[in-house]
Amino acid sequence: MGAVTLQNIVKRFGSFTAVHPMSLEIPEGSFVSLLGPSGCGKTTTLRMIAGLLDPSEGDIQINGRRINDVPIHKRNLGLVFQNYALFPHRTIAENVAFGLKFRGVDKAERDERVKKALDLVQLPDVGDRYPKQLSGGQQQRIALARAIVIEPDVLLLDEPLSALDANLREDMRVELKRIQHQIGITTVFVTHDQAEALALSDRIVVMSNGRVEQVGAPEDVYTTPATEFVARFLGASNILPSTCTDADGATVALENSAFGKLVLPRERAPHVSGPGAVKLAVRAEKLAIVAPGAAGAPGEDEVSVPGVIETVDYQGLAARYFVRIGNEQLQAINMIDGSPFAEGAAVDVRLRPRDCTILAEAA
Amino acid sequence: MTVEAREARQPYLLLSPAMVAVTLLLLVPLAFIVVYSFWLRTATGADQAGFFLDNWREALSDAFYRDILLNTLKIAAITTLVCAIMGYPAAYVIARSRGNKAVLLLLLMLPFWISYIIRTMSWINILGASGAINSALMWLGITDAPIQMLYNEASVILGLVHFLLPFMILNIYVSLDGIDTTLEDAACSLGATRWRTFLEVTLPLSLPGLAAGGLLAFVLGAGTYITPIVLGGPTDAMFANLVFEAIITQLNWPLGSALSLMLLAVLGALVLLYNHFLGMGQLMKGLG
Ligand SMILES: Nc1ncnc2c1ncn2[C@@H]1O[C@H](COP(=O)(O)OP(=O)(O)OP(=O)(O)O)[C@@H](O)[C@H]1O
Ligand SMILES: [Mg+2]
Repeated sequence: MGAVTLQNIVKRFGSFTAVHPMSLEIPEGSFVSLLGPSGCGKTTTLRMIAGLLDPSEGDIQINGRRINDVPIHKRNLGLVFQNYALFPHRTIAENVAFGLKFRGVDKAERDERVKKALDLVQLPDVGDRYPKQLSGGQQQRIALARAIVIEPDVLLLDEPLSALDANLREDMRVELKRIQHQIGITTVFVTHDQAEALALSDRIVVMSNGRVEQVGAPEDVYTTPATEFVARFLGASNILPSTCTDADGATVALENSAFGKLVLPRERAPHVSGPGAVKLAVRAEKLAIVAPGAAGAPGEDEVSVPGVIETVDYQGLAARYFVRIGNEQLQAINMIDGSPFAEGAAVDVRLRPRDCTILAEAA
Repeated sequence: MTVEAREARQPYLLLSPAMVAVTLLLLVPLAFIVVYSFWLRTATGADQAGFFLDNWREALSDAFYRDILLNTLKIAAITTLVCAIMGYPAAYVIARSRGNKAVLLLLLMLPFWISYIIRTMSWINILGASGAINSALMWLGITDAPIQMLYNEASVILGLVHFLLPFMILNIYVSLDGIDTTLEDAACSLGATRWRTFLEVTLPLSLPGLAAGGLLAFVLGAGTYITPIVLGGPTDAMFANLVFEAIITQLNWPLGSALSLMLLAVLGALVLLYNHFLGMGQLMKGLG
């Protein structure tokens, strides 16, 4: 088992910088996700940890030991790829035993450990088959078994679930979590799927254009995005340019064109030091759309403004509304109670200021 | 006609021009050759139609033919081996090169634009008595008289390697190019050195290409008759030269037919063996 430390690692391909100086502490036994859109440098970062790419600058340490110059075959890491990468000419048992051969494990113990690994991924009876004879989900389990049977210091997973169809992906997600808990291995998981990252991780590293946008627990990253990018990438958010009018120890007061005056509790705006322009992030599901003058007047901690529904995106359980308030068009996702509002309907839009966040990023 | 019936017929419609061509230009002449091989050439020089086994008896019992057949297979085998050893690294470099893969493949195709006979004859200008190497050696004063490098088995093999190497490289390249490089990454991450990764993953997965290239080089090499004429000595005749000799020089079509069918049978058996173990698909990939 091992802790991973990245110290200002940089990766350049010619004149293009794929990863800008990046530092990260991955504690022993934790599950850390690198989350970001396609091309943001997740795989590049993972491949540097794995030893498949050399960093242009910076150090990589495992358990405090610098491993920049340790070749990949001596790093003792478990690697799982999106396309499984099972050896097609070897049986499943031979695939899983592959790494043990290079570790001087004798035949009897090898068989024993292969059997244990296949049990762990709940595929005890496929040892004699070839990869082609297994389904995608089964192949990915075998790839996982092959990576963990060598008892690696760190498990590195590059979009391991992306090639699976939606239902299977969720099953495998649960499975992956169970296995990681069971063996308690330090895991770095690359994904562009926020749901996977939120469900699996102890900590999420949100990346964009080769830079780290935010690092934090799933809940923190989701409820308190630091930047506009994070707010928009995780779930749907509205970003409202606002003006801070007053900030004291307990509250922050601000104004914007859609909601007028809002007073936020200090913990929702920790970065604000004084009056000035700020960016307010409002999650789409925190905007409640109600009929005008609906029963249950807005609570005293709630603001209510009139709006007009412009577009309805019906999703069965919920609906996504694009609602116009003055000059702004906002996105709201609401559970449907009865039938959704029609396009053109006049509605009230309610919001609790304590559900909003002021981004750390300057406006 | 139903849609299904029309769709079922379509492959045959599209294939029919090719099938007509193959039938008229290959199968029918082949049938003639089979028939010819049972005719007899009489002392007057005329062919006598009928069902005689004399040609076959001569072709199969005469040690002269047997020795040349064995020698032909030996030369083809050595050529194939040399092509494989020289071709594999080249194919590997092309398959793993990033930017200039297209240029390298084009260079590989370049020799095909020049006639095979001219390419073969070019060795006379290099290895011949007044060729490039001998001229250079004599100019440097290393030898006084030209060294005899042509007209032996080695120069025949050299010519064949020159001719067949691109086929071998192409076939291995296709196989290597189809290997997912993450397989190699996976092997390295599991503790295999680069060399072990090559032995355990890359090489086994490229064997179909190596086999296809080998088959092609062997069959084309064993069937050649121009290279031994141009680059071989009087004792370096290969089996196809015997066929040429019988048909063109002696005008003995029946014997020539029997001999050519003999070579066809040996090489055909090899192809069937290959097909049994690896299937024809791989060969088609390498050719296409
Ligand atoms: N070998 C390379 N040479 C040049 N540029 C590269 C190379 N590998 C990656 N890049 C570039 O670096 C950037 C980051 O690539 P990377 O593969 O890390 O993205 P990613 O976050 O894993 O994306 P995805 O979700 O699509 O897998 C991309 O813009 C890519 O084009
Ligand atoms: Mg990637």
